[in-house]
Amino acid sequence: MNIFELANPKRFLALSEKLLPWFWAAAVLTLASGLYLTFFGVPPDYQQGTTVKIMFIHVPAALVGEMAYGVMGVASLLGLVNRHPLADVAAKSAAPLGALFTALALITGSLWGKPMWGTYWVWDARLTSFLILFFLYLGYMALWNAIEDETRAARAAAILALVGVVDLPIIYFSVQWWNTLHQGESIFTGKIAPVFLWPLMLMMAGYVFLFGALWMVRIRTEILARRARALQLQGGGL
Amino acid sequence: MSGVAAFFAMGGYAAFVWPSYGLSALGIGAATFVTLNSYRRTRAALTLLEGLKDAKK
Amino acid sequence: MSSFYALLARDVRLATRAGGGAMLALAFFAAVAALVPLGVGADLKLLGRIAGGVLWVSAILAALLSLDRLFQADFEDGSLDLMAISPIGLETSAFAKIVAHWLTTGLPLTLLSPLLALLFNIPQPGYVPLILSLAIGTPAASAIGAVGAGLTMSVRRGGLILPLLILPLLAPAVIFGAGAVSAALDGLANGAMWLLSAFSLAAVVLSPFAAAASVRLNLAG
Repeated sequence: MNIFELANPKRFLALSEKLLPWFWAAAVLTLASGLYLTFFGVPPDYQQGTTVKIMFIHVPAALVGEMAYGVMGVASLLGLVNRHPLADVAAKSAAPLGALFTALALITGSLWGKPMWGTYWVWDARLTSFLILFFLYLGYMALWNAIEDETRAARAAAILALVGVVDLPIIYFSVQWWNTLHQGESIFTGKIAPVFLWPLMLMMAGYVFLFGALWMVRIRTEILARRARALQLQGGGL
Repeated sequence: MSGVAAFFAMGGYAAFVWPSYGLSALGIGAATFVTLNSYRRTRAALTLLEGLKDAKK
Repeated sequence: MSSFYALLARDVRLATRAGGGAMLALAFFAAVAALVPLGVGADLKLLGRIAGGVLWVSAILAALLSLDRLFQADFEDGSLDLMAISPIGLETSAFAKIVAHWLTTGLPLTLLSPLLALLFNIPQPGYVPLILSLAIGTPAASAIGAVGAGLTMSVRRGGLILPLLILPLLAPAVIFGAGAVSAALDGLANGAMWLLSAFSLAAVVLSPFAAAASVRLNLAG
C-alpha cells in the first residue's frame, strides 16, 4: 500500500469527523422546521388541496436522487482519471443512497398521483425518467457486486457511471419528447406558490444535509472496512 | 370534526399524505439505522484487529 | 486497416457458423414478437398500432442475446490480449466487433422486420419508417451493448447483469425508433428519425472508446 492510498482517506476521516455533527444538526433543524411549516404553516393548495403536502417530500427526494447520480459521476471521473481510491469509495457509497431517494421519489410521486390523476401510475415524464434513473442505480450496484476484484470493480462501475452521465440528459430529453407526443398531463408543473417556497426550501436543504451525512458515514465505514481487511490479510500471513 | 381529527384527516387525503410521509420516514430511517450500525460494527472490528496486531508486537 | 477487416471478417464468420448466435437472435426476435398477439389478443387494429413498439423492444432484446460473448470468448482464449497489443489498438478492435455484431444481428433483424410487420398488420405507411428506424437504431444497441459486454466480460455469468446495465441506456433508441413508426402512422412529422440518427451516431462514435477502456481494465492485472 503506498502513501497516497493511506494519506487521503486519513485526511478524509479527520475532516468528516469534524463536519459530521454539523451535518446531522443542520439536517435535524431544517427537517424539523420544514415539517412544522408543512403541517402547520401552509394552507391547502387551491387546486391540489391537502395533497400538496406530499410535494414537500417528493421534490426533495427527487432532487437528492438526481444529485446523488451527479455526485457519483464526478467521483467516478476522479477515480478513473486520478486513480484516487477515495473517489472510488465515494462513488460506491453514493449509489445505494441515490437509489433509495429515487425510490422514495417514485413512491411519493405515485401516492401524489393517485388523487390527482385517479391512478397510482401515469407514464408522466418525470416519473418515467425517475424509473429509468432507478434502473441505472440498480445496474451500477449490480456491477459493483458482480466483480470481485475491488480495483477492477471500481473502474468498471466508474465507466458505467460516466456512460450514464452522458446518456442521462438524452434519456430525460427523450422521455420528455415521448411524453408530449403521447400527451401525458403533469402535476409537476414547476410553478410553486410563494407560500410553499419556504417549507420546500427547508425540506430540500434537510434532505441534502441528510444525504451528505449518510454519505460521509458510508465512506468512513468503507475506509475502515478496507483497513480492517488489510490487517486481516497481514494477520493471515503469520 | 375536532382540530386534531381534522389534522389527521388531511382534507380527505389522509390515505395518500400519511403513507407518503410514513414510507419516506421508514426508508430514510432504515437507511440511517443500517448506515450507522454498519459503521459502528466496522469500527469495533477494526479496533479489535488493531489491538490484536499491537499484542503480537 | 487490413487487420480491421480481418477482425471484422473473423467475427462475422464466427457468428454465422453453426452455433454462432446470429440465427438464434433472429429466431428469438420472431418468437418474442409472435408471443405478443397471444398475450394481448388478435385484434388487428390494436396489433397494427403497437407493432412499432413491440418490434423495437423485441429487436433490442434479440440484439442483447449474443452480446455477453462479444469480448468474453476472446478474453478466455487470450486473443483479446493480442488485440490489445496489435497495431490497430483496442478502440479500433472494439469498433470492428461492434460492426460485426451489427452485421450479424441488427442487420438481419432489420431485414426480417417487414415480415413480422406483415403479421402485425402494420398499415402501409409504417413499413418504410420501421425498416429505416431499425436500420438506423440497432447500431446503437450493438455499440452501447459493447460497452456493457466489455464491463462484464470477466464476470462468470455476465449475461445476467448485462441487460440491467444496457436496457435503461437504450431507452432513447426505443423511444425515438418506435416514435418514428407511430409518427408515420399518424401522418406526423416529429423528427424522431433525426433524433434517432443523432443518438445512434453519437453511440457508435463514443462507445468504442468506452468499450476499449472497459476491456483494458479487465485485462490489466
